[in-house]
Amino acid sequence: MPRKKAVAALLRFATGAAVTLLIAGFFGAALIRLGPGYETDERTLDARYSDATTGAIGRENAKDSNVLTFYGRYLTQAVRGNFGISRTYEIPVSELIRSRAGVTLRLIGEGLGLGWILGLSLAGAATFFRWRLLTLSAEAFSALALSLPAAVFALLLFLARGPVFLVLAMAVFPRVFRYAHDLFEQARREPRIEAARARGVREWNIFRDYVVKPSWPPLLALAGVSFSIAFGALIPVEVVCDIPGIGQLAWKAALGRDLPVLVTLTLMVAAITVAVNGLAGWLGDPRDEREGLAQ
Amino acid sequence: MRWRGVIAVLVCVPLLSAGELRFALHHEPKTLNPMAASEDAAETLRYLTRGVLIRVNRLTQELEPELAQSWKVSADNKAITFQLREGISFSDGTPFTAADVAASVQQMLNPALRSPVADTFTIGGVAPKVAVEAPHTVTFAFGAPVAGMERLFDELAIVSAQSPVKDKASLGPFVLDSYKPGVEVLLKRNPRYWKKDGAGARLPYLDAVRLPIQANREIELNRFRAGELDLMNSIDPESYERLAREMPGAVHDGGPSTDVEFLWFNLAPASPVPQYKKDWFQSAAFRHGISQAINREDLSRVVYRGHARPALGPVSPANKFWFNTKLAAQKFDPAGALKLLESAGFQKKAGVLVDRAGHPVEFSVITNAGNKSRERMAALIQQDLQGLGIKLNIVTLDFHSLLDRLTRSSDYEACLFGLTNVAADPNEMMNVLLSSGRQHAWNPSQKAPATAWEAEIDALLKAQSVSASKSKRKELFDRVQELMRREEPYLYLVNRNSLSAISPQVKGAQPAAFYPQTFWNVERLSVK
Amino acid sequence: MIRYAALGLLALLFLTALSSNWIAPAPYERQFRTETNGAPSAKFPLGTDHLGRDRLSRLLYGTRVSLLLAPAAAAISLVIALLAGGSAALAGGWWDRIVTAASNLFLSLPWLFLFLTVRSVLPLNTAPSTSILITFGLMGLLGWGAGARVIRAAVLQIRDAPFTLYAHAFGCPPARLWFRHLLPHLRTVLLAQFWISVPAFILGEASLGLLGLGVAEPMPSWGNLLKELQSAPEWREYWVFAPIALLSLVMILFQLSRPMKHELKGRTA
Repeated sequence: MPRKKAVAALLRFATGAAVTLLIAGFFGAALIRLGPGYETDERTLDARYSDATTGAIGRENAKDSNVLTFYGRYLTQAVRGNFGISRTYEIPVSELIRSRAGVTLRLIGEGLGLGWILGLSLAGAATFFRWRLLTLSAEAFSALALSLPAAVFALLLFLARGPVFLVLAMAVFPRVFRYAHDLFEQARREPRIEAARARGVREWNIFRDYVVKPSWPPLLALAGVSFSIAFGALIPVEVVCDIPGIGQLAWKAALGRDLPVLVTLTLMVAAITVAVNGLAGWLGDPRDEREGLAQ
Repeated sequence: MRWRGVIAVLVCVPLLSAGELRFALHHEPKTLNPMAASEDAAETLRYLTRGVLIRVNRLTQELEPELAQSWKVSADNKAITFQLREGISFSDGTPFTAADVAASVQQMLNPALRSPVADTFTIGGVAPKVAVEAPHTVTFAFGAPVAGMERLFDELAIVSAQSPVKDKASLGPFVLDSYKPGVEVLLKRNPRYWKKDGAGARLPYLDAVRLPIQANREIELNRFRAGELDLMNSIDPESYERLAREMPGAVHDGGPSTDVEFLWFNLAPASPVPQYKKDWFQSAAFRHGISQAINREDLSRVVYRGHARPALGPVSPANKFWFNTKLAAQKFDPAGALKLLESAGFQKKAGVLVDRAGHPVEFSVITNAGNKSRERMAALIQQDLQGLGIKLNIVTLDFHSLLDRLTRSSDYEACLFGLTNVAADPNEMMNVLLSSGRQHAWNPSQKAPATAWEAEIDALLKAQSVSASKSKRKELFDRVQELMRREEPYLYLVNRNSLSAISPQVKGAQPAAFYPQTFWNVERLSVK
Repeated sequence: MIRYAALGLLALLFLTALSSNWIAPAPYERQFRTETNGAPSAKFPLGTDHLGRDRLSRLLYGTRVSLLLAPAAAAISLVIALLAGGSAALAGGWWDRIVTAASNLFLSLPWLFLFLTVRSVLPLNTAPSTSILITFGLMGLLGWGAGARVIRAAVLQIRDAPFTLYAHAFGCPPARLWFRHLLPHLRTVLLAQFWISVPAFILGEASLGLLGLGVAEPMPSWGNLLKELQSAPEWREYWVFAPIALLSLVMILFQLSRPMKHELKGRTA
């Protein structure tokens, strides 16, 4: 029985994810296509071009005018691994993304990793030691990290030859710290903590089993969100520091109304968000499906 | 004897090996095909790696023979015959002949490439006919007379018809060595480059040119200060001042550039602007009043830190031959401006300027977001017009949204914009100045001139485009500039100066106002 | 003690910002064109900007814009997040799946183009105050995705808590359950979300300003004041960093002025 439930749950998740992705791609394409400036081309400002050529350029740019037909064509090609040709770079989108993915994955990995480690460590230390100064300093540091614009921080770091993944870490850290600290504090105030203390359980074990462990499930809810935050901070970092990653690609594609690239990136971000949130939800969800699987 | 040879080589090696020049490209080149180059990075690569038949000396603005030793323009101005240099070969050794010129033109005219140069060669809607008359003689025949046709050849890159490496064979001073997308382009010295210096040494002096791709100007400035870059073109006034404090010998203010900033009102009859506003904009007195109320000295001083001067017309003083030196400057006179507006039926009531029907004078000006100078100029103009009781709403738009309004919907009231790298010859400004021109911004693509003065400008432009006499062309184009000044469809604001930075290690640099400014004579540059 | 001091300082800042009309040394748009990029002086305590405008006046006015609108946008996104996340956790089933998918969508879509479309649809002569209200309002309407997930997880935790079951057993109506029993437990999470969103919206307005979607000239906001820092000013021009110092100070004060945990203890039963 549990296996059937697991398969059913997985199928439900996969269907939901597929529908979400389809809708994300369509809405993304619609937003871009129907936004202002889609059919314009900066070549029209070049005084050397004749009217005939600029007319031809305009017609070329307008060829994806119907969002539905574009999206249908895009999906049919995408299942075969062809995500179209970039309007800005004039090379296949898959090649573009492949060449830039490594740089970005590394940045996000380092940034998220440091942000979570820092956030959890400080939250844990503040709860465990209960030193007011530590808590206040951590909160002040968190507030400072929230106030720094990513673009400015990235530029200053880059000019000082510091590691730019710090910017992503600082974008994620305040949320992780704040949420973890609140969860830990709330757990610490549960009556059973007093009961455990009365039974003679050591402080460290209390902290580990009664404070940290129950806080994991809701903390995981933050996982998918922190990915979105990191990706959001990634764009100004890569743009300002001229890092040839996915964030810089997204920005240039947005400015250049590069529909194939933008739709592909939207689908990628949606897929990762759905996957991470799905995993986090599955791990942290106190519902029947999860309990059924655990038997 | 042998030792003398060794010593000679040891002495010459430092002279021959003159280093690597480094400057930034501000974005990825869209293409490495010289024929399809239509943006800055690709055109830089084309300039550095390709040969042309005639080159315009960026300092003197005179024509110089390059791959063509000499040329003769036909009496009817419809054809030009080139005598090519002999004994020249491409970088891979393939000999250069007239067939290569013909093949280059064929490639350039390929509609799939969308080459802007192709359009400049297509006169009267007809592609040029190229005839190879001898191995080193080639004739171009155009569909209609073209005054100043020699200048067109400065942009026609010559590629090989027969080389086994096709486009990779180069006639320019450098050859493409490697391209790392997102990182840099590396060019190496062309060992078979035909040009020699006065002492008979083969050019270029440089071993290589390294072009890192750097969009962020702050980082570019920092790298220059750290000695990682040797040149910076078109730097903004703030960076210039900062560098001038730290490295005074490295900065160059070359006087007015060819760039011009201007403001115009939407005079297109089909635009969705309310009729009463269209009536304001159509009134020459209104435009002159606004123009007189703008303090151009402040624009130059505050926005450009003094590295600009008030502009008078479509051509900047940098264009020594074509600039009309008799044009009167627009004076800043708010009181006079108010009188002009009053003569057009406007009145200032309780600090607000109203028209005859009682509409308060309020309009919007669009400009591109992210361009600091334009945003600041708009803020200064807003304050200037406030003095007249006019409310100016500044709307900054991202580039594509701006283009959309300018070229498709015509849904805007006024626009603050500019032209960079303005062409030297009036024939290349036809699209902007002819009433039927697509870039005749205030009322583009007219079927027939809307006003008598636009009709007069059209006639003058067409006459100068076919005239064989340079002085006659000058006379006609001077009159065009006078009319533009008189009617002010464009309120010309400033010509900013050509600001560049050149490392003291670079020898031989003579920065010019015309593109490519600092490295136009790259084959004669060397780095210590 | 610290909390009261922080609250007091915040109130003072608010009052100062609200009364900027009276206490600012000069109108924020007035250009002193012969005194551009000036260092701090008696006449201009924080110096002047590139157009000769008094930095202190612009900072005061900008504080008013940002301190009023960013919290308002944060409140909007929080309300939507609470309704969506809370209802998804309580209802479960299809509704939960729909809300989860919607929050994933809202986190992934390129909303920039919606802002561009709204800007293109708005009349060009829209007052700067109207357009900034619309910008912040839109940010609030679109920014609920992250908060909804976190709130959903928090509600899931207390959904099956004993006190909730007791309340159900005693026939507690849903509204009373929400307001009397559930919301107090969510207060910490909600406040945390709120304080995190406020600077995010301020900085969001700064990023939108780069595309012409922020506050229109000459109105100042923290967003366009912060934009100046993107040209990497030198440390010797320390007064240019005043907006960021003020933003950091306000955020730190917000954190320090949060209600103490023990005040919530009385609500757990």
